[in-house]
Amino acid sequence: MEYLLNLGIIFCIYSILALSLNMVVGMSGLLSLAQAAFYGIGAYATALCMTGLGLDFFSTILIGMVINAVIAYMVGKILSRFKGDYYAIVSAGLSIIVFSVLLNWKSLTNGPLGVFGIDKPSVGGFSFSSNASFFLLCLVFVAMVYVIYYAIDKSAFSRCLKAIREDEELAGSFGYSTKRFKSIIFVLSAMLSGVAGALFATYIAFIDPSTFQLKEGIFLFTIIIVGGLSSAWGSVVGAVILISLPEALRFLGLPYETAAQLQQMIYGAMLVLMMVLRPQGLFGKYRM
Amino acid sequence: MAAAIKIDNLSKHFMGLKAIDGLSVTFPCGVATGLIGPNGSGKTTLMNVLTGLLIPDSGSIEIDGHNPRHKIMPTELRALKIARTFQDGRLIEQLSVEDNLLLTVAESDPWKSFFDFKRSKKVGKVLKTVHLTAQRHKLAGSLSYGQRKLLEIGRTLMQDADIYFFDEPFTGLFPEVVEQVLTVLQDLKAKGKTLVVIEHNMGLIERLCDYTIVLNHGQLLAQGVPAKVLKNDQVQEAYLGI
Repeated sequence: MEYLLNLGIIFCIYSILALSLNMVVGMSGLLSLAQAAFYGIGAYATALCMTGLGLDFFSTILIGMVINAVIAYMVGKILSRFKGDYYAIVSAGLSIIVFSVLLNWKSLTNGPLGVFGIDKPSVGGFSFSSNASFFLLCLVFVAMVYVIYYAIDKSAFSRCLKAIREDEELAGSFGYSTKRFKSIIFVLSAMLSGVAGALFATYIAFIDPSTFQLKEGIFLFTIIIVGGLSSAWGSVVGAVILISLPEALRFLGLPYETAAQLQQMIYGAMLVLMMVLRPQGLFGKYRM
Repeated sequence: MAAAIKIDNLSKHFMGLKAIDGLSVTFPCGVATGLIGPNGSGKTTLMNVLTGLLIPDSGSIEIDGHNPRHKIMPTELRALKIARTFQDGRLIEQLSVEDNLLLTVAESDPWKSFFDFKRSKKVGKVLKTVHLTAQRHKLAGSLSYGQRKLLEIGRTLMQDADIYFFDEPFTGLFPEVVEQVLTVLQDLKAKGKTLVVIEHNMGLIERLCDYTIVLNHGQLLAQGVPAKVLKNDQVQEAYLGI
């Protein structure tokens, strides 16, 4: 049971990340590989504020969201000059920069040794220390992010983003300031990724920079490609499928090295197959 | 007659090619004006400059009596009450027909648009006008060529503009659809809207337009009532090749 709850918590954290990334990639067509950076900033904000300043979990979530919003706003200004593959390359650059800062700013982040001893969240004397209670907390956050995604998807805001995704010039000719729309969704997505980071930090109780590398951003990208672009449900299903895969391989009894290589091969094959057979993903509405 | 659009000494060059070359011309208010000329004469370039898709190199543009300006920003079109169609039928392919129409009238402020969930009643009326009611929930990308043209025209109708630009609205259409489009454009004219129509079919120009401007090599070749302009020797030589 504990194993399943552990899996459920990881599903939830990655569902939040996938939903937030899908806002940028699926809704807006911006090929962002920066999500791991915002995930990491959210995690470190919570870890450092809880262990260093003694703040409670919910305050640290807000701090992480604000930091992510400020960074995303500034980076978004630069990213708005790029499109397509160039956008992906520059956003990947952000991910690498954040990873380098987390690794080398030792006086703040403790460098490669990471931050440990992060407490579980608590509210009004109740601590979410058991896996069951933490899973419920994660479910609440997933539900909140899902509702935010759904509400945006049904609004005129999303309609404009989808127009920008296909023909930015045309969308601009209808009176939309396309740069502002792109900047706002990028900031919102970064803030929500920070929430996933906060949950991850308190669940694992120890974080180090290796979790928040560019490859994590690529993994998140794979989740939404498989699950479906511009689909809330697809984001969740994609997260479940890709997180379950390495777990399923455990039961084959393969040596660790073989299983790890096989996992990468399966991820690659899934991506190629999806691109060829179903470019919009399992539940997607948008063909890239 | 008052001017809806007044252009003074407007130029737009592409790598040395003079697409518009010191053009000064006036589009009268409340009139359907045919903008004609041979291929490459600068018609679409002029339309793109007047709808903010291109920035002119020099010259000034005056819209509806507003102060003359060097360029028009695309984001100003809604406020200036300008709507347009494109020669190649530009739609948001992966949005529904209804969403393509709503896009033109939805809240343009991003913060307010978060809370804009409304579905305009005007959509049904416009879809009926352009004979696309049955396609309301289909993706725009699944429409036929003629339906795409009709949807583009429907999009302009949603905007309730004062100045309409139509770039070859009849090209490639089935004769029955040509008549449908012609009726829609004639209705707009009857409502006192200003129309600028690029078209190669002179018969349609004569049926729809009260005024004609002929361009050649980015310069004004002739202007006036269609019947007279089309008999102009220079126009016949440059445009009709006779």
